[in-house]
Amino acid sequence: MTPDTPRDEPFLDRLRRHPVAGSLLATPVTLVALFLLALVVACAIFAPWIARTNPYDLATLDLLDSHLPPAFMAKGDPRFLLGTDSQGADLASLLLYGLRVSLLVGILAVSISVTLGTIAGLASGYFGGLVDSIVMRIADIQFTFPAMMLALLIGGVSQSLLPNDKRAALAMPIVVFALGLSHWPHFARLVRGAVLVERQKDYVAAAQLAGRGNLVLMFRHILPNVLNPIFVLATLDIAFAIMAEATLSFLSFGMPPTQPSLGTLIRIGYGYLYSGEWWVVVFPALTLVVLLVSINIVGDWLRDLLDPKLR
Amino acid sequence: MFAFLLNRLAHAVLVLLVVSILAFTLGNTVGDPVASILGLDATPADRAALRARLRLDEPVVLRYFLYLGDLLSGRLGNSYGAQRPIIDLLAERIPATVELALAALLLSVAIGVPLGVFAAAHPERRLVRFLMTSSVIGVSVPTFILGIILIFTFSLTLGWLPSFGRGEVVKFEYWSTGYLTASGLKSLIMPAICLAIGQVALVARLARAEMMGVLRTDYIRFARARGLSDRAVNFSHALRNTLIPIITVSGIQLGYLVAFAVVVEQVFQWPGMGTLFLQALSQTDVPLISAFLMAAALFFVSINLVVDLLYAIADPRLRIRTLTHGAGG
Repeated sequence: MTPDTPRDEPFLDRLRRHPVAGSLLATPVTLVALFLLALVVACAIFAPWIARTNPYDLATLDLLDSHLPPAFMAKGDPRFLLGTDSQGADLASLLLYGLRVSLLVGILAVSISVTLGTIAGLASGYFGGLVDSIVMRIADIQFTFPAMMLALLIGGVSQSLLPNDKRAALAMPIVVFALGLSHWPHFARLVRGAVLVERQKDYVAAAQLAGRGNLVLMFRHILPNVLNPIFVLATLDIAFAIMAEATLSFLSFGMPPTQPSLGTLIRIGYGYLYSGEWWVVVFPALTLVVLLVSINIVGDWLRDLLDPKLR
Repeated sequence: MFAFLLNRLAHAVLVLLVVSILAFTLGNTVGDPVASILGLDATPADRAALRARLRLDEPVVLRYFLYLGDLLSGRLGNSYGAQRPIIDLLAERIPATVELALAALLLSVAIGVPLGVFAAAHPERRLVRFLMTSSVIGVSVPTFILGIILIFTFSLTLGWLPSFGRGEVVKFEYWSTGYLTASGLKSLIMPAICLAIGQVALVARLARAEMMGVLRTDYIRFARARGLSDRAVNFSHALRNTLIPIITVSGIQLGYLVAFAVVVEQVFQWPGMGTLFLQALSQTDVPLISAFLMAAALFFVSINLVVDLLYAIADPRLRIRTLTHGAGG
């Protein structure tokens, strides 16, 4: 292979040599996962325009339509592609809106962990000493408990302490905070380690000599150089957050039936499995699994691409 | 070694203290214990008597120390929901969860380790590549969905296994076991598999990574040069040196297994700690919730202590590294 690219080289070959496109072409599984992920995210974003009905609008429900199987089955109704639930709501619409809720909660939760963890990790790696001891001791205490357990403890306890009428309204913030709080130490530890390495480098000393303040040094000089691993961990963490949210909702300490996420839909559908209405549980479960698998595959690919050391 | 152990022990005590403060605050700020115990139509005199008995009028700090004393002597109070001593409730439920987690741990190691060894020994085989790629699915499928699939297949469709409960149990002094009856073992199969699957992928990946490292070393090449069979090299020479990290990780896994056991217990209606905790949450049974917090903290702290100990015994290099990195290690 010659280092210079000939002008008349076929497009596909040039594409193969591109670092990002090339690694995608080499692993077709990743390409499929990326496509599925884009599809699912697009469905979630455009849900209000794709969905046939608005499942939050109780006026559109008709009990006569309840318990209908998917359209492709013998007793199906062509209006309801994936069938209906016990209230007569269109399952496909519920699914689209549920996807929206699941993704939103996952992204918000990870934003909280990233923000908290990055600030704590930057401070503890940069200042060292007492700040470092305190931050890492807190992280260590949290690491004693598996993240899933913590999310359940924080989410479950705060939900159960609220009066019944406030639970539904506050469900989303509670779930977001429970998941965000349960995972910040992962980011803090990662950022701290990266900062410890960066702090030794000459550019930091140079900026310090130039009289830059601590905050400028931390956020303008060091932070941009540790963004890659943060980005990779954040991607993989969204899968964790979505899974944990679905689990909390399945245990009925997550999103309420009035604003269902995929986990809530699965919990409600699970009750109908015994009476043979498989579609109410199978479609949400399938969507959740596709979403999680594709995020994990894309995340693994990003990790290999951006930060092979993380493995 | 001694300094390291002392450091970890101090950490364990710190964690327990932090959680005990949280549990105490929870029990003190939420709801009115007098109303919860006596109901709403009690006379003021009864209320005052109960307040005095529960020492609710003492200063907060003193009450916290009294609470610590109660904890240390095992007086956890009564559950509002079940109207029974919490310590009895916990004692009833602990065996179920421990047996479930233990079965899942054994399963995940028994399946995961040979898989990992096989994958490391034959990295080019198609089957191995397929398994490694599909392990991401094993990690991605949420536990409760797996449970639903199992119940749907083996209980509802095939009718082979019971979908809920623990089956018959044999009672000993403080322990009830389902390991000794046919129905107990039958009931255990699905929950244990459900809990183990996610961990199998992790154990297999770890065993594979460790094995790949060991297989590159000189003593393995020498063993091959001596003409030993692949089997002998892989299993009696290489595996032996990968067991220590696998054992320690299994310890950490036991923690994760117990965390996810809450989910599995709910799906299979397994009468363990998880279902007890979820009941307590849905009934806002504050004393039971605080007691559960303490029990969980004690459990995870002990697991971590044992794992740290194993690390220290197994690998002196790790011991030094953990020491120099201090708390953040």
